[in-house]
Amino acid sequence: MTRRSVDSENPDRLYTVTGGRSRTDDTRLDLVALIVAESEPTAGMQSEHVRILRLCQSPVAVVELSAYLELPVSVVRILLSDLLDAGKITARHPRTGARRGTSQAALTGLAEFPELPESELLKQVLVGLKNL
Amino acid sequence: MASTADNGLKIVIVGGFGVGKTTMVRSVSEIRPLNTEETMTQAGVGVDETTGVEAKSTTTVAFDFGRISLNEQMVLYLFGAPGQERFWFLWDRLFSGTLGAVVLVDPRRIADSWYAIDRLEHHGTPFIVARNNFGDPVHSLDQIRDALTLPEDVPLIDCDVRERESSKNVLIALVDHLYALSHAREKNQ
Ligand SMILES: Nc1nc2c(ncn2[C@@H]2O[C@H](COP(=O)(O)OP(=O)(O)OP(=O)(O)O)[C@@H](O)[C@H]2O)c(=O)[nH]1
Ligand SMILES: [Mg+2]
Repeated sequence: MTRRSVDSENPDRLYTVTGGRSRTDDTRLDLVALIVAESEPTAGMQSEHVRILRLCQSPVAVVELSAYLELPVSVVRILLSDLLDAGKITARHPRTGARRGTSQAALTGLAEFPELPESELLKQVLVGLKNL
Repeated sequence: MASTADNGLKIVIVGGFGVGKTTMVRSVSEIRPLNTEETMTQAGVGVDETTGVEAKSTTTVAFDFGRISLNEQMVLYLFGAPGQERFWFLWDRLFSGTLGAVVLVDPRRIADSWYAIDRLEHHGTPFIVARNNFGDPVHSLDQIRDALTLPEDVPLIDCDVRERESSKNVLIALVDHLYALSHAREKNQ
């Protein structure tokens, strides 16, 4: 692992990258949301935005972008929010078919695993793993 | 990854220091393991004496991950999560939305996995336990089950995560377990 820690990163650089913002709507972008560029970089665009658009010619997960850009996930989320707002990228959000905390599950005493996906999805995952 | 990929899924591998999390990610991932970090602000650490404002601390935690393309649409990400208690806040972030978890156990340091199991049960994340191969086992799997006070319905298996086939089988055992849970739930509805 050759990656340096952002702890040793110049804080000014992180500040500049995000325009001084430290928070974003984290719930909008999961670690494994897949990002796809919808347009080409344009002149004068912030260099991190340019890099993201280049990296996302085909789908790339938020957490992968963070690794490639060597920026913390929270910083990448802010950059992606800008691009989403500008319509430059789209995000494909994870779908597991989980029925979060349905009252039905509570009634049947199976509220133990509130995020458990539907069996159909798990079957597809199994097939994929067995074919590896 | 296929250009048609549109559904990112997560499985978390947890366990104590040096138990083989990164090795397992490496042995099944289609890319070399990548690593990155998440910074999080924790509120409620205490109240600052001088300002009376609730103190916050920002913690940075590194984790590694790999990727498996399951088919044209589904991409599975495997996260190696550090097991120490001070990382609990990262766990909660990583666990949210995960299919399930693998708890890797080093048979020489069983107690290292207690906290992980506690956390998973508390979070309601389904999991299996896999004993990694660090030489001829001294204990039977039943003895390990007792030491972990693991309920009968949680699968406990042996593995050697240096081998791709073995790591693959661990993932299959987890998803088999998840499928059984989900199927049982659907039948009861
Ligand atoms: N004997 C044996 N050694 C293993 C096995 N799996 C991993 N190791 C070795 O154990 C050491 C630690 O493995 P890692 O994969 O780095 O463990 P980790 O859980 O990622 O460690 P941290 O991230 O530091 O907590 C490495 O030297 C591995 O080669 C195994 O199944 N058997
Ligand atoms: Mg590791």
